[in-house]
Amino acid sequence: MSSYPSQKPRSRVADMFQSRNATGLMFMLPAAAFLICFLTYPLGLGVWLGFTDAKIGRDGIFIGLENYRYLWDDPVFWTSVFNTVVYTGVASVLKFALGLWLALILNEHLPFKSFFRAIVLLPWVVPTVLSALAFWWIFDAQFSIISWSLMQIGWIDGPINFLGDPTNARISVIAANVWRGIPFVAISLLAGLQTIPTSLQEAASLDGATSWQRFRLVTLPLLSPIIAVVMTFSVLFTFTDFQLIYVLTKGGPVNATHLMATLSFQRGIPGGQLGEGAAIAVAMIPFLLAAILFSFFGLQRRKWQRGGQD
Amino acid sequence: MALTTQNDPALKDDAEGMSYLNRLPRRLVTIYLPLAVFVFVLIFPFYWMAITAVKPNHQLTNYDEYSPFWVVAPTLDHIKYLLFETSYPGWLWNTMLVAVGSTVLSLAASVFAAYAIERVRFTGSRPAGLMIFLAYLIPPSILFIPLAVIVFQFGIYDTKLALIFTYPTFLIPFCTWLLMGYFRSIPFELEESALVDGASRWQILIKVILPLAVPGLISAGIFAFTLSWNEFIYALTFIQSSENKTIPVGVLTELVRGDVFEWGSLMAGALFGSLPVVILYSFFVDSYVSSMTGAVKE
Repeated sequence: MSSYPSQKPRSRVADMFQSRNATGLMFMLPAAAFLICFLTYPLGLGVWLGFTDAKIGRDGIFIGLENYRYLWDDPVFWTSVFNTVVYTGVASVLKFALGLWLALILNEHLPFKSFFRAIVLLPWVVPTVLSALAFWWIFDAQFSIISWSLMQIGWIDGPINFLGDPTNARISVIAANVWRGIPFVAISLLAGLQTIPTSLQEAASLDGATSWQRFRLVTLPLLSPIIAVVMTFSVLFTFTDFQLIYVLTKGGPVNATHLMATLSFQRGIPGGQLGEGAAIAVAMIPFLLAAILFSFFGLQRRKWQRGGQD
Repeated sequence: MALTTQNDPALKDDAEGMSYLNRLPRRLVTIYLPLAVFVFVLIFPFYWMAITAVKPNHQLTNYDEYSPFWVVAPTLDHIKYLLFETSYPGWLWNTMLVAVGSTVLSLAASVFAAYAIERVRFTGSRPAGLMIFLAYLIPPSILFIPLAVIVFQFGIYDTKLALIFTYPTFLIPFCTWLLMGYFRSIPFELEESALVDGASRWQILIKVILPLAVPGLISAGIFAFTLSWNEFIYALTFIQSSENKTIPVGVLTELVRGDVFEWGSLMAGALFGSLPVVILYSFFVDSYVSSMTGAVKE
């Protein structure tokens, strides 16, 4: 007891500072070790591999921009870029429109609301590969249930070749992607909608606003920050999508549905051209950065709307 | 017309206040009908999966004599085939093992990281938080090729360890981000009084913060479990041998062969592979929703 005051006071401030940083560092260590080892290092290695001619089982040597020069002249690569942009663009717009619509519906007073909310999120919970298998069967060239139903109604004469025709295949994979993406958008936007006070809507309606005006001038501006974030995530994950395409078409027919991620896999792993595959993956990064910047500005607007608080 | 109804004395300042604008026939068209269509479209693939899994083969492709939407004399043959003549039970076990392993690992690492960033406030904790968020935005599809090289260098290629060690790359950022939000909501005063009582940081974390953050831990845990259960591209790239495959990879690479598709057993495989996460989900719907929206909100 008596030694306590004599030992401590000297370095208490230094100790505090020291221990704060030391504890922080110690607590960060496991997560940081993992992320550096399996995230930062591979990211750097991926960029490096893009500049080499590495193959499976053989370390590459530095070849500069040769992979990129090769890809620049490769029509398949440009097809995949085009496909990725179209796939992301169309699917994101549809997911946003339908998701917002569903969120607005679920925001109404409904019986069994939580039950509906639980059902709606289901496609998102189930492994993509497994639900994509169900879509594969639904899109079967001969025994598609959609073709059969349409034939029963009498709209078409023969079964639709969903995945065999380039245009149909593109529409089909986008439809499957939208199906899987709607729940995420809808439930996230619903959470945003629930934070908008009803009194604002009531005030607007007392001022004589129509329901469209209430939506456009009250709901949408208040929802816009969360829309920005949700759509950034959605765009990011659609852009780098792999599973759905790999199950449904593997990039076919004639590369009509190859995305950059599936092309990167095909060239890199079964094709063995690690360098080239990595270069395709690296080529996705600028697009992803654009999406992240978009999210950043979305978040900034949110700060401003809340009155500049951090 | 709207003006006259606004004089309604029943109008109260509560959530139901504006329901006067929506009479039943209108609600039917603007709300219930679209909702029914949405629910039908979102649910139909699962129904189709389930009905195919129990359909005898001769009914599967004969739409003229049997209605495709229903099944006469359901069979368990596809499921029996799946469970006893394929490696399916092994894949199920692998997936479970990998998902539990990577979830536990990620949660443990994330609890410390989130606490350090949010409460220890060491020098550079804010940039660290930002880095965690950015790490969450790096998708697996740009990492799998270099990671394959690394996994090979570490000598864990084609083992379950490869997956247990690589899944945390997307689980740790997510869990940390989510737990940071939970820790932020725990009042400082509790920690301060513990500090005054002479508790160390370690004791505060274990005895004060963690018990209060149990809902957050559950949310992060089941969400991470689902993400690892559903993961595909790493498992496809890092695993070669049949006995180490996970459900999504196993079903796709081993049950799909040649041109004769065993749709019945394929759909049974898809159904049973989805069931564990769906059951988990049905018990923790609110945790799922809060972790999904939590990741988006902040």
